[in-house]
Amino acid sequence: MTQHPVELILMRELADHLSTPIFVVDAEGGLAFYNEPAEALLGRRFDETGPMPAEEVAVAFSPTDDRGEAITAERLPLMVALRERQPDRAVFAIRALDGVTRRLEVTAVPIIGRTGVLAGAVALFWEVPQ
Amino acid sequence: MNLTLWGTRGSIASPGPDTVRYGGNTSCVELRNDAGDRLVLDAGTGIRRLHVDRREPVRRVDVLLTHLHMDHIQGLGFFEPLRHPGWDIHLWGPASATQDLAARLTRYLSPPLFPVRIRDLECNLFIHDVGNGPIEIPGFAVTSATVCHPGPTVGYRVTADGATVTYIPDHEPMLGAGGFGDPAWTSGSDLAMDCDVLVHDAQYTPAEYRDRIGWGHSTLAHAASLAATSRARALIPFHHDPNHSDEMIDFLYTDLSASILDGCRLLPMGEGETMAVVGARHHTAH
Repeated sequence: MTQHPVELILMRELADHLSTPIFVVDAEGGLAFYNEPAEALLGRRFDETGPMPAEEVAVAFSPTDDRGEAITAERLPLMVALRERQPDRAVFAIRALDGVTRRLEVTAVPIIGRTGVLAGAVALFWEVPQ
Repeated sequence: MNLTLWGTRGSIASPGPDTVRYGGNTSCVELRNDAGDRLVLDAGTGIRRLHVDRREPVRRVDVLLTHLHMDHIQGLGFFEPLRHPGWDIHLWGPASATQDLAARLTRYLSPPLFPVRIRDLECNLFIHDVGNGPIEIPGFAVTSATVCHPGPTVGYRVTADGATVTYIPDHEPMLGAGGFGDPAWTSGSDLAMDCDVLVHDAQYTPAEYRDRIGWGHSTLAHAASLAATSRARALIPFHHDPNHSDEMIDFLYTDLSASILDGCRLLPMGEGETMAVVGARHHTAH
């Protein structure tokens, strides 16, 4: 596998050091990493999940809005951040990989290096009351 | 392709009796292909001794800057070909998020820091920004890529005459590498992958590194780990700490476990030494 951009490498390192749940995707939207605090909300250790292509990410967590309707992948904050190259925020529920439904507030930010190249995006999220 | 080390020291020039063998001048490496084309990696104080005869038939020199910390550009104003009328001098290096290389270099090459302005140089000067990707230089196939070091910093991968040299003089791959082993998450691994010679930062002892995490440099073991992860065939440790004597560097080399190198050859070269870099496992030092 070829090397990830340095910006993504450093983002993963930072995420690994923080207590905030963080989810990192590459420039194509594929899951690159989530940290230990995120594992508690997503219901599975990253070592067990591993990297995941973009089309599998949304399906894996079955996101739904407050009316219970499915949210398509392109409406998720991470995908908006990648596509629009600007931050995005949303509140929605996921069906975590441990089978528990959790309502999350998610803020996603694109990772753009000094050269202007999009390296990926990062989502910070936390659980909010149902 | 011939490789010559003109400056091997990091941070600040440190001449003296303790640094005679490995050298006291700051970063500068010369590469020459069989056709006589010349490429210079960084312009530390070592560049002053890189003599270029103005009667040479190839009237072009490319200087590739990894970044603009002082130990990598301090010699630039003393590089003879900048005063060779009719010569084409190409400077390559990283832009910042807000300024191109020309604007950034002008901050140094202008009064009061330097008496001569860029616009007053006698050569034909061309200044190019580099990022991640290939660079067009006659006689060489060059790729630059951003690496882990404070401020805009790149490394270079240079191929000529069937041999590949990777040059990453200031680099902290330990940040993010998670102990190495996975090239996908190791800064510099694409540049170094399967190269014949890796010239790499080996500034700190392990004890020094523990106090300087995030300063952008490596230990010898980090350099060896990157070389092994990238399957580099040989490693030239570089950018030695100004406080490290020849004796201490010898000790660090002796102390390095061969298992870290995993078959990569350690080349303990010093300032002024030249080697012929030959592709695929054949190297001759002289």
